[in-house]
Amino acid sequence: MTDRTLSGAQAIGEALFQAMEQDANVIVLGEDVSGGAGLGEPHEGEMGGSFGVTRSLFSAFGPTRVRDTPISEAAVAGLATGAAAAGIRPVADMMWSSFTPLAFDQIFNQAAKMRYMFGGQATVPVVYRMAMGAGLGAAGQHSDTLYSLYTHIPGLKVVVPSSPYDAKGLLLSSIEDDNPVLFFEHMGLYGQKGHVPEEPYTVAIGEASVLREGSDVTIVAISMMTVKAIDAAELLSADGVESEVIDPRSLSPLDVETLRRSVEKTGRLVIVDESPPRCSIASDIAAIVGEEAFGALQAPIRRVTAPHTPVPLSPPLEQAYIPSIERVLAAVRSTLA
Amino acid sequence: MSDLDRDTLLALYESMMTIRMFEERVTREFRKGDMPGFVHTYIGAEAVAVAVCAHLNDSDYISSTHRGHGHCLAKGCDPGDMLAELYGRETGLCKGRGGSMHIADFERGMLGANAIVGGGIALAAGGALAAQVRGSDAVAVTFFGDGASNQGVLHEVMNLSSIWQLPVIFVCENNGWAESTPVEYSTSVANISDRAAGYGIPGVSVDASDVLAVYDVAGAAVDRARSGEGPTLIEARIGRMVGHYLGDPEGYRSKDSKLEEQSRDPIPPFEQRLLADGVLSDSSIASIAAGIEVVLDAGVEHAKTSPMPDAADVEAHVYAPVQ
Repeated sequence: MTDRTLSGAQAIGEALFQAMEQDANVIVLGEDVSGGAGLGEPHEGEMGGSFGVTRSLFSAFGPTRVRDTPISEAAVAGLATGAAAAGIRPVADMMWSSFTPLAFDQIFNQAAKMRYMFGGQATVPVVYRMAMGAGLGAAGQHSDTLYSLYTHIPGLKVVVPSSPYDAKGLLLSSIEDDNPVLFFEHMGLYGQKGHVPEEPYTVAIGEASVLREGSDVTIVAISMMTVKAIDAAELLSADGVESEVIDPRSLSPLDVETLRRSVEKTGRLVIVDESPPRCSIASDIAAIVGEEAFGALQAPIRRVTAPHTPVPLSPPLEQAYIPSIERVLAAVRSTLA
Repeated sequence: MSDLDRDTLLALYESMMTIRMFEERVTREFRKGDMPGFVHTYIGAEAVAVAVCAHLNDSDYISSTHRGHGHCLAKGCDPGDMLAELYGRETGLCKGRGGSMHIADFERGMLGANAIVGGGIALAAGGALAAQVRGSDAVAVTFFGDGASNQGVLHEVMNLSSIWQLPVIFVCENNGWAESTPVEYSTSVANISDRAAGYGIPGVSVDASDVLAVYDVAGAAVDRARSGEGPTLIEARIGRMVGHYLGDPEGYRSKDSKLEEQSRDPIPPFEQRLLADGVLSDSSIASIAAGIEVVLDAGVEHAKTSPMPDAADVEAHVYAPVQ
């Protein structure tokens, strides 16, 4: 079984299945999480979410724990939050991160603040899962990567897996975590194949992963930007430039120590982030490293981000929106100039 | 009234008086200037919290509003710990992090006052969802105002609670005003309870100057929820005897209008009935008030002599520890 390969979507589905097997307090709710709600065999449960991630759940766990909902994002997030505060572990499927603004009060004013406002007495173990990312031609209102927005908010954890292995382990950690967690599933992750052990395991939230070691430049890449960063690193290696590629894996908390240590070694930092640049995680990491490792920097920090625009439809525009390998290469070379 | 035994009647009376005297004391203390933040008192609404919470126990959930002191007291929160919270002290129910608009007491199923109008509605329904998943007979009550009845989240949650038959009771305290905006202007129906029909659940309006009328309506709704028959919307009509907040100049309404609303005070008619029925006497009224005063004196003393939180702890309680 050591070579078992799953897609990202399968790995996430397996994590949900195993979490529900392990703990009867875990429930899943959201629009289309089963599909065909109330219609019975063979329709009910067949859809399993917009991307088939939850397809195995309904037949195994039934309608009490796998709850299809109306299109009511505020109610889905709010009931999940309240149920978590009342002691169960809901996993709310928000479908796309672009839809979470409809539930923003529930996440921002309620879930994130309950523990603090109430002096530590509230425990809110809720996970909000959501797809994100450009590349499908889904344009302005389906493609946002809102992880930077949520990283800004104290009381939330923000998780951005980039491989099937991490997705499973991080989701199991997120469900076990006693805090509200936003779990961002990039569209590119769903189809990506990778090694995933069958047994349940966790990957700690707050620990970055060094995907490739190198001594000339540090490339921090968020979510599926890791794929571009690795490809760029291989091309640079052919030119004799060795890149250290780091996947933070969670943005809140952020593993500052691993970033600092790497920049102290390489003296150069490039951040690759598929979101608009202002007040973004790329800007945040640049600021933190600027404060913590300024003395080690041999060149200005470079951010490779999306432009400050919504996500466009037309393929050439959408491709211009997503950070490219060429832009990563140019950014790295500018730090070496 | 004959249905209720003497102890229950006395408990309702004493609970209403506790809220009234708590709020009058808070009003006096707030005006001295050493209580931080905003305060919205529950004066005039006492019959609602008391009559509803009389049917609940510690395993039932409530969510409350910015005008939430009455809900807290009726659900069993300690007045001294509440006062310490209002004064921002480390001994407060929320260690001074929340204050008047964010009091919670999870040991008593009190999921929090909420300074977002309508913010607690989905949370209480979530408590009801947790109860349904566990198969327990706990119920949840969400208190909200006529202002919140126009929030979209109420629509979403009433619909979802209805299709899932959640054990939740929606209690709209209609005091006629969303801050300065009259309900007749802001709201599309004459009876907010009529909106229940849109969600296929029972809706009932009740005059909440009559605590026993609220008691009966709430009892039926709680029984319905507890036995798995789903949600109810109760519109409890009250007069807003006080301003929106302490210090509200109330230029938006006439003196006559305020006097009319103050005439709907739920306490005097109940007291008169209990006197007429021999449940209360002049001396027992005085002794109940004196007993509450002792609790409030001690509570204010406790609050004012308790330590402030240590500024070094400003970052405590943001996250639950990793297990």
